[in-house]
Amino acid sequence: MRIDRKKVEACRKEAKKIALKLKEFIDLHSTTTIERSIVRLFGVDGVDKNGIPLPNVVVDHVKSFGGLARGVSYWLGNASIALNKNPQEIAELIAEKKINLSKLKKNDDEEIKKVIDRWADDAIKRIVKVRKERERLIKKLGEGEKPLLYAIVATGNIYHDIIQAKSAVKNGADIIAVIRSTAQSLLDYVPYGATTEGYGGTYATQENFRIMRKALDEVGEEVGRYIRLVNYASGLCMPEISVMGAFERLDIMLNDSMYGILFRDINMKRTFTDQHFSRIVNAVGGIIINTGEDNYLTTSDAIEHAHTVLTSQFINEQLALLSLLPKKQIGLGHAFEINPDIKNGLLYEIAHALLVREIFKEEPIKYMPPTRFMTGNIFKGHAMDTMFNLVSVLTRQHIHLVGILTEAIHTPFMQDRHISLETAKYVMNNARDLAKEIEFKKNGFIERRANKVLDEAYRLLRKISKVGLMRAIEAGIFANIARPIDGGKGLDGVFVKDQDYYNPFLKKFEKAMKNEI
Amino acid sequence: MKFDLKKIKSYGDCYDGSVQLSFTLPIKCSGKAKEAAKKYVEKMGFKDVMVHYMKDIGENFTFFIVYGKAQHTIDVTKIKVEEAKFKKMDMYKIDDLIKKKIGRKLVVVGACIESDAHSIGIDAIMNMKGFHGNYGLERYKWIKAYNMGAQVPCVELVKKIREVNADIVLVSQVVTQRNIHIKNLTKLVELLEAENLRDKIILICGGPRITHKLALELGYDAGFGPGTVASDVASFFVQKFIEKHEL
Repeated sequence: MRIDRKKVEACRKEAKKIALKLKEFIDLHSTTTIERSIVRLFGVDGVDKNGIPLPNVVVDHVKSFGGLARGVSYWLGNASIALNKNPQEIAELIAEKKINLSKLKKNDDEEIKKVIDRWADDAIKRIVKVRKERERLIKKLGEGEKPLLYAIVATGNIYHDIIQAKSAVKNGADIIAVIRSTAQSLLDYVPYGATTEGYGGTYATQENFRIMRKALDEVGEEVGRYIRLVNYASGLCMPEISVMGAFERLDIMLNDSMYGILFRDINMKRTFTDQHFSRIVNAVGGIIINTGEDNYLTTSDAIEHAHTVLTSQFINEQLALLSLLPKKQIGLGHAFEINPDIKNGLLYEIAHALLVREIFKEEPIKYMPPTRFMTGNIFKGHAMDTMFNLVSVLTRQHIHLVGILTEAIHTPFMQDRHISLETAKYVMNNARDLAKEIEFKKNGFIERRANKVLDEAYRLLRKISKVGLMRAIEAGIFANIARPIDGGKGLDGVFVKDQDYYNPFLKKFEKAMKNEI
Repeated sequence: MKFDLKKIKSYGDCYDGSVQLSFTLPIKCSGKAKEAAKKYVEKMGFKDVMVHYMKDIGENFTFFIVYGKAQHTIDVTKIKVEEAKFKKMDMYKIDDLIKKKIGRKLVVVGACIESDAHSIGIDAIMNMKGFHGNYGLERYKWIKAYNMGAQVPCVELVKKIREVNADIVLVSQVVTQRNIHIKNLTKLVELLEAENLRDKIILICGGPRITHKLALELGYDAGFGPGTVASDVASFFVQKFIEKHEL
């Protein structure tokens, strides 16, 4: 397909301007969840006697005496010298109300920095070790053929999830996503321990990560390919979940820069600040991020608003690059969501899907199945999923979320997943090399359509670039949803950093990425 | 062909009660499993049961596709279904009716409440674009629509109802695992009653598992299930509003 390459570069330039402008804001701020993720990186885990996670206990404590602007690291570092304790011990003492970090003797700033830096180095070593283990396993076991088949499990009970996941893998899934319980994105803490009750999904906890990781490693050995595990670094605890994922060898994280703002009404200052640190952690952990552009089309029209998806992809890409993510870890998202009643809908879908592939050549693009027009008619739905499978293999997508025929009825049954995987495998095998045989008609419908979307995206990027991303979202540019700059949830967790603020990971992660780990 | 409505049964290519079933049993795929599936369906009361497809789907689970002939019949003449009673109108007629009879914009607040994160239902009814070519309430000239989206705590919804002086409140619930939708919908009604707001508004719920009967039981004015479009809901609440205020 021939697309206007100059325009693509112009789009990138505008998106970069937008991202850099936003970064100026981000660099001045931190948030409670970023501070909690630092506490987690220092190895603090567990809950107090009321079930409150210790990272929350520590950060709330520092916040209570107004010390947060300096960064939680400083207070833990100082306490460590004063009390000769490690971060976990200090956190426990705070939980037992035995110490107050503001009342301890203040030690020499340079000495404190040394302590913090040592902890940070330990954390990075831990993450790099996990990353190397992934690389070793992929080398040893190999992986599935692209598009990789991504299946979801969502029973609410981690032990049932394991049964469903293992069955899915045996039926051909390469990637397993454990859908989160529907309310988790708005919790300002990460639940703790193994969980057996959730609604529409299973809570993301570090223990659940560990349990599922072990199960997938086992079944991966059995089927002879590395099985990737997915969860959600999104909502009010974005960076903390990235840290948990980096520790427990998650491979992919849903990690959009704007999703929470648009679809969960989380404050945009909070989300933009959180996504940056969260993505840096994912970068170092070797975790692929998935962006959420597919969601835009669940509320606005897939043809009329196709360019908003592309616009958001350009912005997500630039923001991700600023968060140290290499292109091979930026899994931009899009979806097959055109109204099935539209004449030549398939041509539009091919044009859109191919356009994304042509523009983001190195990125592991994630392609999402129809959901909006799934009605409960499982037979028609299955046919729609089949068309989606065909477009995916034809346009060489990278990560393929398997559409399930019972979408819109219930979270998938084991047999639903089996049928959907079997069909996806059939279609993809059947049309495996079709892409190599096809050239699209010069200036035909598909080429013209793709270039039109590109053109519209460029114009929208120019518009956003003029007013800035925050104002653009306030005006409802994406998904027909408008969000005020100071509205939404979680704004009280955002704060301006002091001149003395210190987060050891910002520099150290950058160094680690430069040395290619 | 005439069918006796007092005793109908399912029809395939002849009138024999044929039904297709598919399910999974937690046993290893084998001849024994096939027989178990057959017996399982026979115990449901089916005759001439044929297991047409059996597949190992891993972890000692087996999937079946089975046909059988149901032996019972249903008397349709005795069935009563409670549905919200109203005359279906389109957007233009509804706008016209509000203009003429009410003379001011109706204020509608919509939300998917509590833990439920699925805005798809409320969006289909509220968003400008609507669903299946049927415009959403935001498009109506004589309706002022506020869509609060998903995960709206009941308290926030009540606050909004007061703030904008809502005439009509639409509540969506999609997630139904362990009857969470019933708990959420009940919570809202109780809160509205405690705040003396219940009688001042027309309260409607909707979602894939919502029926009109369930809605009435929970203290709502109406309930709408799958396939409902904005003009259905609007037709109902406009007529109900006129009736309630004797306009």
